[in-house]
Amino acid sequence: MGFVEITNVRKVFGGKEKEVVALDEASLTFDEGEFVALIGPSGCGKTTLLTIVAGLASKTSGSVKVGGKEVTGPYPDYGFVFQQPSLMPWRSVLQNVLFPMEILGRNDAQAKARAEQLLEMTGLHAFANARPHELSGGMQQRVSLCRALIHKPKLLLMDEPFGALDEFTRLDMNDLLLKIKAETGASVLFVTHSISEAVYLSDKVVVFTRRPARVSAEFQIDIPAPRTQACRFTPEFIEAERRASEALGLLVGTH
Amino acid sequence: MNSTTTTTQIAYPLIGVAILFAIWGAYCWLFSVPEVVLPSPGQVAVAFFDSFGVLMREGWVTLVETVLGFALAMAVGLPLAVAIANSRPLNLMFYPLLVALQSVPKVALAPIVLVWLGTGLESKLAIVWLVAFFPIIIDTAAGLRSTPRELIQLAHSLKASPWQIFYKVQFPAALPFVLTGAKVAITLAVIGAVIGEFMGSSSGLGYLLLSATSQLNTPLAFAALFALSFLGLGVYAVVELVEIAIARWLPPRATGH
Ligand SMILES: Nc1ncnc2c1ncn2[C@@H]1O[C@H](COP(=O)(O)OP(=O)(O)OP(=O)(O)O)[C@@H](O)[C@H]1O
Ligand SMILES: [Mg+2]
Repeated sequence: MGFVEITNVRKVFGGKEKEVVALDEASLTFDEGEFVALIGPSGCGKTTLLTIVAGLASKTSGSVKVGGKEVTGPYPDYGFVFQQPSLMPWRSVLQNVLFPMEILGRNDAQAKARAEQLLEMTGLHAFANARPHELSGGMQQRVSLCRALIHKPKLLLMDEPFGALDEFTRLDMNDLLLKIKAETGASVLFVTHSISEAVYLSDKVVVFTRRPARVSAEFQIDIPAPRTQACRFTPEFIEAERRASEALGLLVGTH
Repeated sequence: MNSTTTTTQIAYPLIGVAILFAIWGAYCWLFSVPEVVLPSPGQVAVAFFDSFGVLMREGWVTLVETVLGFALAMAVGLPLAVAIANSRPLNLMFYPLLVALQSVPKVALAPIVLVWLGTGLESKLAIVWLVAFFPIIIDTAAGLRSTPRELIQLAHSLKASPWQIFYKVQFPAALPFVLTGAKVAITLAVIGAVIGEFMGSSSGLGYLLLSATSQLNTPLAFAALFALSFLGLGVYAVVELVEIAIARWLPPRATGH
């Protein structure tokens, strides 16, 4: 039994005539502390699946269990990182990070200490009192990451969080995320469009088919921790990338 | 911003105004324009200071009408905007109607309002309310609806209450829009008050302007016009100051539209 169990989840949008099947029997299971990358063509239903796992959207049928409990609505055991930083421009960096604690009614000295610790870890300590618009895109996304981690969630749901960043910043963010994962031990469900990012970060890569999404391939990445950028050039890494590309149908006719 | 640019920003507009006054004065003097047709700036200034007490008294009446009518428009417009922004049926029912009504020239209703409410303060408040209400409700509703979906989702994910979502997320996100609406509304409010006074009144700057013109006291009419402009600028400046005070956090030029 896994920590997150997604079983035969189906999601149909729209009315009788203009039905869009976003997810068709999507299944996926992973354990506590596992890092799972979800990769698939654009519009195949990855965001939809994340919001269903988050209890923010309903499913047509199927079951999602997190920590053994069926998900029927939002629950504060996860942190969500969106594609855009989605910070509140009227709050300082620190206040943005503390927002979840305010809503959860736990905005005490301990929360503030943890927020400062997270900002320290992400290299933003000097910007605690800055406004989001004074930060670069990569820094804003780091704030968003701190905000998702502030209430010590067991699960991190990340929807293409680094998709809008340039390559250098993205590589930095990948290393930061690995470090955070090692320190917090959280499980991560990570949507990405980048095959190399998926392979670099995860313990398991799950490839979705074109809409309606089903799992077309699922494989372990056995590159040992700690991973560094040099791993990208090892035969194991390149082989894993090849398998993912193949599952995505990118290698058809290239032999 | 350094002090040189501040000085420039104040000095240049003042020079512009001075040039305009100079042209006006020169025109009156060169063509010996009769005072009753177009008084010179000097004659207007004399009338302004001679009638300062009257201008203040009538200006106060117009100011009260403007500010009260505007406050009523805010008091009704903000809650209704919240209702419309948060309820899909209400939004579908009323939003198109509001947008359509916004382009109706509300001052055309002024004679009817006068028939209903008489020539006292009530009719002025009603007209001011009518012109100020629409920009407030439409801009506020637009602001509330434009709250980034992710922020709402984030709040939902933490099981925030509807009230928390409103005052911690939606309302701050909509504030720039509210203030944009308020700035349009306050400008229109002054116009509404004057229209109301034109239609039927025994006090206010609009009334003073009309009665001065009918007595061929053109310098006083101009003095009333200037008083009206100062009033308009004053109330606008107050809203602008509020905006600066509460919207300091905004990224540059992300305010409203
Ligand atoms: N609220 C909605 N109403 C109707 N259809 C929707 C809705 N949300 C998503 N869809 C449809 O469901 C499908 C999957 O959308 P989703 O956003 O999950 O894709 P995605 O895999 O995240 O794509 P991308 O990689 O581009 O972000 C799309 O075809 C989309 O048009
Ligand atoms: Mg998506």
